[in-house]
Amino acid sequence: MNDFLRRLLFLPEQASSVAREIDTLHYFVIGITMVGATGVFIAALWWSIRYRARSFEASSTTPQVQAGLAVEGGLLAFLVVLFIVFWVVGFSQYLRMRIPPRDAMVVYVTGKQWMWKFAYPEGKQTINTLVVPANRNVQLVMTSRDVIHSFYVPAFRVKQDVLPGRYYTTWFRATRPGTYRIYCAEYCGLSHSAMWGDVVALEADDYERWLEGEPLENFVQLPPGPPMARVATGLGPDLPAYPRGIAEASQPRSMADWGREVAALKGCLACHTLDGQPHIGPTWRNLWYRETPLADGRVIIADEAYLTRSMMDPMLELVQGYAPVMPTYQGLLEPAEVGAILELIRSISEPLPTPARAPEPLVRPPLPPGSLDRVDPARALEFIRETSERVTP
Amino acid sequence: MKNYLNCETTIWSWLSTKDHKRIGVMFLVSVTLFLLVGGVFALILRLEHLTPGPTLVSPNMYNQLFTLHGVVMVWLFLIPAIPAGFGNFFLPIMLGAKDVAFPRLNLASLYIFWIGAILTIYGVLDRAADTGWTFYPPYSSQTYTKATPVLLGVFVLGWSTIITGVNFITTIHTLRAKGMRFMDMPLFAWALYGVSIIQILGTPVLGIILLMVVMDHSFDWGLFDPARGGDPLIYQHLFWFYSHPAVYIMILPPMGVVSEIVTSMAHKNPLSYKAIAYSTFGIAFVGFLTWGHHMFTSGMSELNAGIFGILSMGVAVFSAIKVFTWTGTLYRGSVWIRTPLVYIFAFLFLFIFGGMTGVAVAATSLDVHWHDTYFVVAHFHFIMVGASLTAFLAALHYWWPKITGKMYFEGWGVAGAILVFLGFVGTFFPQFLLGNAGMPRRYYHYSEQFQALNVLSTAGSWVLALGLLLVLVTLIWSLVAGEKAPANPWNSRSYEWMTPSPPPKENFPETPRFVRGPYDYHLPLEPP
Ligand code: HEC
Ligand SMILES: [Cu+2]
Ligand SMILES: [Cu+2]
Repeated sequence: MNDFLRRLLFLPEQASSVAREIDTLHYFVIGITMVGATGVFIAALWWSIRYRARSFEASSTTPQVQAGLAVEGGLLAFLVVLFIVFWVVGFSQYLRMRIPPRDAMVVYVTGKQWMWKFAYPEGKQTINTLVVPANRNVQLVMTSRDVIHSFYVPAFRVKQDVLPGRYYTTWFRATRPGTYRIYCAEYCGLSHSAMWGDVVALEADDYERWLEGEPLENFVQLPPGPPMARVATGLGPDLPAYPRGIAEASQPRSMADWGREVAALKGCLACHTLDGQPHIGPTWRNLWYRETPLADGRVIIADEAYLTRSMMDPMLELVQGYAPVMPTYQGLLEPAEVGAILELIRSISEPLPTPARAPEPLVRPPLPPGSLDRVDPARALEFIRETSERVTP
Repeated sequence: MKNYLNCETTIWSWLSTKDHKRIGVMFLVSVTLFLLVGGVFALILRLEHLTPGPTLVSPNMYNQLFTLHGVVMVWLFLIPAIPAGFGNFFLPIMLGAKDVAFPRLNLASLYIFWIGAILTIYGVLDRAADTGWTFYPPYSSQTYTKATPVLLGVFVLGWSTIITGVNFITTIHTLRAKGMRFMDMPLFAWALYGVSIIQILGTPVLGIILLMVVMDHSFDWGLFDPARGGDPLIYQHLFWFYSHPAVYIMILPPMGVVSEIVTSMAHKNPLSYKAIAYSTFGIAFVGFLTWGHHMFTSGMSELNAGIFGILSMGVAVFSAIKVFTWTGTLYRGSVWIRTPLVYIFAFLFLFIFGGMTGVAVAATSLDVHWHDTYFVVAHFHFIMVGASLTAFLAALHYWWPKITGKMYFEGWGVAGAILVFLGFVGTFFPQFLLGNAGMPRRYYHYSEQFQALNVLSTAGSWVLALGLLLVLVTLIWSLVAGEKAPANPWNSRSYEWMTPSPPPKENFPETPRFVRGPYDYHLPLEPP
């Protein structure tokens, strides 16, 4: 019965300790809704047909019918009792969903445009992949770095908004090992719909082994990451997917490639294009060392210094013909990432007539912060101390 | 014969009119225009969802479109549609007055509406806002799109709403026909009274916070920036303090329409006049105490959530009283099943379904799963489109003869009603299931598993669009080819049917004597 109704209503699997009872209330409430709406509809239709006007004159006077207090009162009392039952059941479930059990293990969650970061007390950090042991209570301590996001796992029936500057907690217990989708449910800008990841629930031993450094691939086959770059830019599937934060050695690759990834990741490509088309901002094609007319009439050579200033203080030297809308990236781009973007711009500009520069350098870019083989224990500890201080009442 | 339409015919006579009927008509034309605009946005949004990935528009444009769809539909259609359109036209007639209390202010409200509308439309054309109609900071203070014109547009529109509210309350208090007590008023007047109270009390709060967002967005004041001590959660509280009651701004006038149509078509007294009149105030009052149900997952305290949950169900009780009373009114009546009543059938089903899913989300634990998913989208579209739009169309057909002096085509009318109903259910029923399945709202890109239901919903939107188009075309055609309307085509006892169609400029050829109540169907028409 449960399974039949669940499928009928398109509900996802019930993978947390609370899912089943919530769904039961759901069936009950929706069933009554359906019956109530149809019942009144049919009553209205039936009386309309039963008492349809036989003639124009017949409709001139009709008997006066007043609702007896008993009838109206009875219906109302029934409704009130029904609603109170809904509420009592619903609210007691809600309390249980919201107040984490004392024995829960803790994972720290940060939402930012447009990814989920997880940090474990043991020092591990992941991006977009939350690894937890099955059958264990897990409490999430959550915040946001920029705008409002909402952490949502349909299979767990769990959702919690995160606001910048505030900390929230929620909890769940995954009842069986598996992979469950995380969505961002609060609109947060351009790539809101690509801000997703997965909860991976492992058997308890596997979880311990993962904590000790065994790669996640040994236990589960992860689905591909969100098509972040494609969504953000509409440029096609050639851009790398969002980092999964799964332990893998950083592959040596060209810095320009990495710059492309950073540009997608940081949202630059929402306003800038790589193909020569002006968009909200100027295109990056053929920008390298070219003369750029500024709004104040000056013409400036777009060298590294200027380009870097454009990222950190965009209002300082506005490009002619564009609105002053570019946000500052001061503090949001790691120095190495700025370098990667510069290399990207250079790689899509026609070579300069001046003496050729050295061939494109091959670098080994650091994995994004949070990747597993680059955990900085000091930073993790600091994060935890900071968060736990603010959380404990 | 001279009537309000042909007594003066210059364009200037319309633009400078103080006649509440002409102002009402101009409002009706305006909101219909914006219904079309918002509808086109909606169709594009649905088209985009035919496939999980990019289909038609860019993600940025998608975000702008759903914002504008919301803004246009809420503030340029739903809120003004029935009060400023039909309310303006019929309230004075129903009270036996010559005009509203402040005719000049009334005209001003139309111009203010248009200033707000133009500001908003300008915002649409020039790098439109992508914040969602809720304008939540801190995103709205940071977005690189131009949120300011739209925010200011809505701010200005608020003034129009407030003026209409003040005007209606004053009119009801001071201009009732001699001898008409409050409890003798037509029920539509009660509905307008209730809605005016909400408009006056709620709208200023919206205006204030929208201005604060403008300050944040344009001048970087940081009022809602946590880094500078601002609190985005306060915004949500204040926003919903207005925007939840705004739901009742959108639904109380339709309820008034339903009361009128049901009694007229059944030719019967309402099952309980008092129940309908008083429950209006129950809704208006308790409606102000339920805003927190939009925030169960935003980080309110558990206690708050519980209180807001039970209060929200309270509103449903008042709405249920109305539903029972309308349905019971048909019992032992003498019912004409005509287009307006067909819309009312649709209204009853959609309103109950929409309302009961509202009760469902108020049961706090269920909301955690449903919040910000398509379930909620479906829920409020059932109320706003399912109920409000259906009632608007019902009212349009019901009063068409009175307003235009022409009868609409009955067969086409019923066909339109059925198409609209089917299209509506086709569009929004799948969205309940999408929400159950866990598809969040405002998603440009969605997982493949959601595609089938999305395609269904998109197909439904075409049927709905077809239905609305049919309604529009046949109504306009009836202006040319429709039969001339008699004064009282429905054999109704409501006062607006006692004057010729269309009414003369002064509403009644001579000062009306209301010897019978508007619902006294059990008495002979003329006293002996
Ligand atoms: C909100 C849209 C937007 C985003 C996002 C954005 N930019 Fe810009 N950018 C602009 C606009 C508009 C201009 C031109 C006006 C100006 O100079 O500020 C510009 C100018 C620039 C310039 C100077 C270009 C020239 O022709 O001289 C550079 C370099 C640049 N941006 C880099 C970036 C980088 C790197 C990022 C991402 C980390 C980024 N932008 C993100 C809108 C944006
Ligand atoms: Cu989001
Ligand atoms: Cu609400």
